[in-house]
Amino acid sequence: MELVLSLGIGVLAGSGVWLLLRPRTFQVIIGLCLLSYAVNLFIFSTGGLRSGAAAILAPGETGTLAQYADPLPQALVLTAIVIGFATTALLLVVLLAARGLTGTDHVDGRERER
Amino acid sequence: MTGWIDHLIIAPILVPMLAGVAMVLVGDRSRASVVTLGLVSTVGLIVLSVVLLGLAQDPLVRIYRLGDWPVAFGIVLVLDRLSALMLALTSVLGFAAFIFSVGRWYRAGTHFQPLLQFQLMGLNGAFLTGDLFNLFVFFEVMLAASYGMALHGSGVARVRAGLHYIVINLVASLLFLIGASVVYGIAGTLNLADLAVRMRGIAVEDRGLLETGLAILGIAFLTKAAMWPLGFWLPPTYAAAATPAAAILSILSKVGIYAVLRVWLLLFGDEAGASAGFAGSWLLFGGLLTIAFGSIAVLATQNLPRLAGASVMVSSGTLLAAIGAGQVAVTAGALFYAASSVLAIGAFFLLIELVERGREVGADVLAVTREAFGTGEDDEEPLEQEAVGVAIPGTVAILGISFMACALLLAGLPPLSGFLAKFAILAPLLGQGDGPVPATTWALMAALILSGLASLVAMLRVGIDVFWTSPAPRIPRIAVLEIAPILLLLTLCAALTAAAGPAMDYMEAAARALHAPTGYLHGVNPPVPAATYGSGG
Repeated sequence: MELVLSLGIGVLAGSGVWLLLRPRTFQVIIGLCLLSYAVNLFIFSTGGLRSGAAAILAPGETGTLAQYADPLPQALVLTAIVIGFATTALLLVVLLAARGLTGTDHVDGRERER
Repeated sequence: MTGWIDHLIIAPILVPMLAGVAMVLVGDRSRASVVTLGLVSTVGLIVLSVVLLGLAQDPLVRIYRLGDWPVAFGIVLVLDRLSALMLALTSVLGFAAFIFSVGRWYRAGTHFQPLLQFQLMGLNGAFLTGDLFNLFVFFEVMLAASYGMALHGSGVARVRAGLHYIVINLVASLLFLIGASVVYGIAGTLNLADLAVRMRGIAVEDRGLLETGLAILGIAFLTKAAMWPLGFWLPPTYAAAATPAAAILSILSKVGIYAVLRVWLLLFGDEAGASAGFAGSWLLFGGLLTIAFGSIAVLATQNLPRLAGASVMVSSGTLLAAIGAGQVAVTAGALFYAASSVLAIGAFFLLIELVERGREVGADVLAVTREAFGTGEDDEEPLEQEAVGVAIPGTVAILGISFMACALLLAGLPPLSGFLAKFAILAPLLGQGDGPVPATTWALMAALILSGLASLVAMLRVGIDVFWTSPAPRIPRIAVLEIAPILLLLTLCAALTAAAGPAMDYMEAAARALHAPTGYLHGVNPPVPAATYGSGG
């Protein structure tokens, strides 16, 4: 499971970085999305990979991390997803505004002269 | 949680948040009530920050546990001298930007005032929080508001610069998340004070990974602080932003500095054991390179807003290099410098728009070209008609004096606080007892003095162009509301000069507490036996 997850994170992050360095705004925003997926999975994995372990204690029980999944990374990743989603949506609006104002989808707002 | 006075700590976050929400609800229907709300909030913040400055003088660090959760589980807000100082600077700058915007700027687009309030909320939260992930959340609040502020008024230049600004900050935020989660994965805590205690007990094989995580965090902070290879976004964004927005954005780079100062000194200070002084030379050399880049930019730039942006970089570089020097007295000087430069650069950004108002578009470029090539305009000019007794209009005189004060402050010349600040950084560097002065110290001194010279040359050139030789001066029409915040900020700089003694005492106490964070650790962590903290995670 560790291998699959780390490969997944690696592929997502690698593709994200590559797209981020491309000159078109649409590629940049897709790259940012992929990168944020990679980061979210990474945060999730810092709590340790478990299957079938609950994150919430039953009443009256003293749990340890051996029995239960760490709930904190799950809370963190939830926050990160929400914030990332909101800021990406904002970027999308700015991207459209830039397309409308400059007439090109190049990140610098003008085509490179060849 | 005893008494209402502890609840004051969270007020700097709640007041602008409530004001901002109320403004959104009122909408554009009633401008008067929006302005009233803004006035109540910004004045309230100033009063609050003065009270908190008083509270922070206590030897004990004050904490506020959100939801009254125990420190190990919940999020804490921490008030110490450094955070109180930054709160005070933010509230003053917020007030100045608000008053300036009331003149006419907030009509350039929608929702300027609510965004300003949310910006203040994010800034105050970032300065108060004692939790790494909460710091991320407040960074995002602050940045989300700043995206709106940077784009306020729209237009091609703003959208183009804003696009870069947003993408770079989104990537920096992702790095922040990676850093924070590595820290949590290794140390098992996100509370800064708890983390500082656990740092000492981290196993050797985990230490490398933890330091890597913190270094990634550092990259996120330094991108905000615009350290040299990470700061190319700053001048275009700040130059393109609307005037009051640029003034408030200028403190955003100080948030990066604050985060470095707080986290680095807490985790890698002299008491940190094996990791003490980690990456200190990176800060020092990064700071020096930033000063060099900023100084060249200051000299090379042809328009005023970019000059101000480059000054922000010089100020960031100075602070980073001074922090990287890692001495208590130098840090105290750096804090004084931070206070002085925040006020001065804020005033400068506001002043630029008023100065530019009287000039033609592109006058800067023309002036430089004229200087270099002599376009022949001089020959066509008629002979001086009134060589004697040209009356200087009052507006121009006030603008000129304010400009001169800004120049003195940014270049660090006496008699204003910029000089005292640089002196407070330089004096302890030289006077550190016996033995030869190390080469890095010489480099830092040279960088500080040369950057001052570069600022002075650039400001003089611009000042001569704007106030003496600019063709066909039209007297700009300026409202009292627009010049008042500039005068307020400059008066505060003057007050900082006059009361330099008490101010330096405060900064020294703050720097001592930062370098020996025992008080912070004891104030935040619950009093449990040290043995509990032995093993991480």
